[in-house]
Amino acid sequence: MQTKKLGVNSIKIGLEAHCQLTTLKTKLFCSCSTNYRGKEPNTLVCPVCLGIPGSLPVLNLRAVESAIMVALALNCKISRRTFFFRKNYYYPDMSKNFQISQYDRAGGIPLSTAGNVYIRVDHKRKKINIRRVHIEEDPARLVYAGTIDTSPYTLIDYNRSGIALLEIVTEPDLSSPREARIFLQKLRSILEHLGVSDGGLEGAMRCDANISIVGGPRVEVKNISSFKEVERALNFEIVRQKDLVSKGVSVERETRHWDETRRVTISLRTKEEEHDYRYFPELDLIPINITKSWLTQLQLKMPELPDARRIRLIKQYGLPSYDAEVLTSDKSLADFFESCVKLGKPPKTVSNWLMTDVLRCLHDLNLELTEAKFTPEQLVEMISLIEDGVISGKIAKAILLDMIKTGKSPRLIVKERGLVKISSREELESFIKQVCEENPKAAEDALKDEKAIHFLIGKLMQKTRGRADPELADKLIKTHLALMKSRI
Amino acid sequence: MASQLYFLTAKECVHEIMTGEVTAIDCISSVFERIRKVEDQVHAFITLTEEVALRKAQEVDNKISRGDKVGKLAGVPIAIKDNICTVGIKTTCSSRMLCNFVPPYDATVIQRIKEEDAIIIGKTNMDEFAMGTSTELSYFGPTHNPWELSRVAGGSSGGSAAAVSVGETILGLGADTGGSIRCPASFCSVVGLKPTYGLVSRYGLIAYANSLEQIGPLTRDVYDCALLLSVIAHYDPKDSTSVNVPQKDYTRFLVKDIRGIKVGVPKEFFGVGTDPSVARCLWNGIAKLEALGVNYEEISLPNLAYSLPAYYLIAMSEASSNLARYDGVRYGFRVDRDDLDWSEAFSESRRIGFGMEVKRRIILGTYALSAGYYDRYYLKALKVRTLIRRDFEKAFRKFDVLIGPTMPLPPFKIGEKINDPLAMYMCDIDTVPINLAGCCGISIPCGFVNGLPIGMQIIGKPFDEGKILQVAYTFEQNTPFKDTRPSL
Repeated sequence: MQTKKLGVNSIKIGLEAHCQLTTLKTKLFCSCSTNYRGKEPNTLVCPVCLGIPGSLPVLNLRAVESAIMVALALNCKISRRTFFFRKNYYYPDMSKNFQISQYDRAGGIPLSTAGNVYIRVDHKRKKINIRRVHIEEDPARLVYAGTIDTSPYTLIDYNRSGIALLEIVTEPDLSSPREARIFLQKLRSILEHLGVSDGGLEGAMRCDANISIVGGPRVEVKNISSFKEVERALNFEIVRQKDLVSKGVSVERETRHWDETRRVTISLRTKEEEHDYRYFPELDLIPINITKSWLTQLQLKMPELPDARRIRLIKQYGLPSYDAEVLTSDKSLADFFESCVKLGKPPKTVSNWLMTDVLRCLHDLNLELTEAKFTPEQLVEMISLIEDGVISGKIAKAILLDMIKTGKSPRLIVKERGLVKISSREELESFIKQVCEENPKAAEDALKDEKAIHFLIGKLMQKTRGRADPELADKLIKTHLALMKSRI
Repeated sequence: MASQLYFLTAKECVHEIMTGEVTAIDCISSVFERIRKVEDQVHAFITLTEEVALRKAQEVDNKISRGDKVGKLAGVPIAIKDNICTVGIKTTCSSRMLCNFVPPYDATVIQRIKEEDAIIIGKTNMDEFAMGTSTELSYFGPTHNPWELSRVAGGSSGGSAAAVSVGETILGLGADTGGSIRCPASFCSVVGLKPTYGLVSRYGLIAYANSLEQIGPLTRDVYDCALLLSVIAHYDPKDSTSVNVPQKDYTRFLVKDIRGIKVGVPKEFFGVGTDPSVARCLWNGIAKLEALGVNYEEISLPNLAYSLPAYYLIAMSEASSNLARYDGVRYGFRVDRDDLDWSEAFSESRRIGFGMEVKRRIILGTYALSAGYYDRYYLKALKVRTLIRRDFEKAFRKFDVLIGPTMPLPPFKIGEKINDPLAMYMCDIDTVPINLAGCCGISIPCGFVNGLPIGMQIIGKPFDEGKILQVAYTFEQNTPFKDTRPSL
C-alpha cells in the first residue's frame, strides 16, 4: 500500500472548547465560591453542587450575561428564549449523574447559534464558523494516581462541581493542529478582553477535538486540558491515523482520551459504546427570556475586542500589522504594550522587545505574562538604561530573563552584577591594549585588513563581558591600531 | 384528660396551649402515648423523634410562660413524610438506598413549620421514593389502614395520613406527584390537599417526578388544612419553579356559604373502573352540596382518557433521571466490595439499594427517553399533558370547581394488587390529571362504604386553593364524617 502526502484540505478539525467563567464570584446554580484553585478539596460545596437529594438549582444570571457577551463577540445569533436540558450519563465526576446543559435538538434551544470568528494564518484571514455557544455546569475534578487506566483509585474534588462553563463548538473548519491552536488563542483573547474568563488559570480552558483525515471517520479526542496541549494532541492523532492508513488498517470511529503525561491518545469507547445521553428538559429551572432591552444593555457594555484593538494599535501607534496581531492575541501582552507606551517609550521599540525577547523568556520559563512578576515599569526602565547608554542592548537581553524570573528592577540587576557599560576612554583603552597584546597575530592582521578588527572587538567584548560601549570601542581600537601602525 | 389530646385539631391544640389549659409537653406526650398504643398495628412511622420533640415542646412552653411571641402552630405535633429533608433526622424515602441518609439541611417547608413552632414528632412511611398508591412498597414494610388493618392506607403518603387519622399526630405533611396526598387522605378519611404546582417550595423534597409534585397538608379537618397551607405556601427563591404570588391566610376562605358556586362533574371520573359504591357515595355528597346551594352540571373532559399513560411516561422519565444520583458515592447505600470498578459498583449498589417498583420505573423511564423513542413516548406524553391542561382551562372558564371521587374504589386489601402493577396504576386515574394540569385538588371525607372511607375530590384552577377550601369546609361542616374515628 502506498501512502500519499496529505493535501491541505484533507484534515478536518472541529473543536468543542470548554471555558470556565472564572470572573464570576459564585457557581452556576448555587452560591458557593468559584475560587477553588489551591483550596482544600471538597470545602467549597453545598447540597446543590453535591447533588444532595432534595436540593434544587437556581440560575446565576450573571453567568447568562457573560455567556451572551461571548456569543455577541463571536457574532452568534442569540436565542430569544433558551432553556436547560439534562444530559444523562453515569460518571464519577457527576454529582447527580446528569449534567445541566443545553441542547440543540429534541426541542432544545441553546443560548446562541451560527456565529463566526476570523483567525490569521500566515498573514491570511480565515473564517471559522461557530456552531453554538451554550452554558453548562462543570463536573467535579477527578484526581488519579498516575494515569486514568492504571490508577488503583480515583479521588473526587467537588469544589469544581457546578462552576459555570461555556461550551463553544466550531464547525469542522480548521485544517491543521496549528490552526486549532491559533483559533483557541484568539478565543482566549476574546474571552479575556470581555473580562469573563482568565485563560491562564489551570483547567479554565479545556477542549475536546473532532478530527478526520481525508474523509475518514471522525475521531473525538477528549481531555485536552489546556489550549497549549491541543496542537500536541492533534499532531499525535494525525500521526496515529496516518500510520494506521499506511498499514492498511482502517481508522475506527471512536472516542479517545489524551494522556498528557505520556503524550498519547488512548481509546475510551467505540461507536457502538457511545452514550445515549437521553437529553430532556431540566424542569427545575424555568426558561430564560432574553429580551431586546436586556440584549441592548449588554451590547452597550461590550468592551473593545481583539480585532478592533488590533486596528487601533496600527492606527494609534503606527505599528506594523503583524506586531498588532501578535500583541492582541494575548490581552495581557497588549495591555503591557500600551502601559509601556503610556510611560513614554517609542511603540515600535516596546513592541520589538515584547514580541521577541520577552515572549521567548516567558516561553523558556514556562510562564504566562500575568504569572510573571515583570511590570511595564521595569521594561520601560530597561529601555531607558539603553537609551541613556548605561547598558548595551546586548546586556539588556542578558538581564531580561532575570528580570522576568525575579521581578527585580533592571537597575538593581545591572548594579549587582556590575554590568554598567564601560564608556570611560581610559578604562577601555587599557582593555584594548591587553587584547592586542594577547592577540599579536590578530592585531598585526588588523593593521592590514579592516575586517580583522571584528575579531578584536569580539575578544574585547569577551573580556568586558559585553560591557564595552560598542561605538566607542570601535573608535578606540581603530585609534589604537593607527597608533601601532605609525610606530612601525 | 391528657390522654385525649391527640384527637384535637391543630386549631384546638394551639388554643388549649395558648390559654394555658395544657402545655405543649402535654400534647406531645399524649401523641407519643397514642403512638406506643397503636403504632405496632398501624406502622405509620419510619423514624420517631420523641426526645427532640419533647425538648422542643419544653422550649415552646418556656416561650409561652415568658410571654414571648410564639408561632401559629405553637406546640402542635406534626409528622413529616420521609421524602422531605429534615436536618439531622434520617430521611429515607422508604428505600434501602437512603436508609442511612441524614440530610445536612432542612427543606424550606420544614424551616417554615419550625418558624411557626410546630413540633416534628417523626418521619412517616411511604411507598419507596413515592412510587406507589398503597404504602405497601416500603423497604420498612406496609402501613395499615386504621379503619381496617388488613387494608392499605393508600399512598404514597400513607404513613402521614394514617397517623393523622388514628391520632398518632395532629398534623401531617405529605407530597403528591400523582395523588400521593389525596389517595391516602381518601383511604384514611382525613383531609389532604395537593397545592397548585409552584405554590409550595419543593426545595428539600426528594424528587420523584419534579414537574408534577408538590408538598401539601394532611389534616383532621379543613380548617387545619387551610392553616397548615398558609404556613407552607411561600415564595422560595431556592426553588425556581416557586411562583411569587401574594401570601394568603387561607383560613379566611372558610365561610359556611357556597350558594351560587358552579360545580362541574366530569363524567370521566365515573368511568367503568369506578366502584358503584364509590359513585353512589359521591352522588350523595354532590346532592348534599346542591342542597347547600351549588349549581352542578355534568361535563366531559375528553382527554382525561389519556391521562394515565401520559402521567406514567412523564413521571417515569423524570424519575429515571432524578434517581440517577443514587450511586453510593457520597451518601446512601453502597456495596462494600473492592473487586468492582466504579461502573460495576454503581450498578451493584443500585441493584441492591432499590426495590422492584423503583427499578421498574427507572427502566421504563430510561427507555422512554432513549434515542429513537423520545418523540414517540416522552414528547407525545407532553403533548397529551397540554391537551389535558386545556380541557381543565376550558372547564374552569365555566365552573368554579370540579368534583369527583378521589379514588375509584375503597381501600383495598394489603397484598391484593401488589403483583399487578397495572391494576395499581389504574387506581390513580382520578388523581393524576390534576398533577398533569398543575391545578389544585383536595380530598375530604365523603362517607363510608361497609366501614371503609370514601373521599371526595374537589379540584380548583391554579392558585384557587381558597375556593376549594371554601367548598370543602362548607361540606365538612354540614356532614358528620369529620368526627368519625377509627375504632382502634
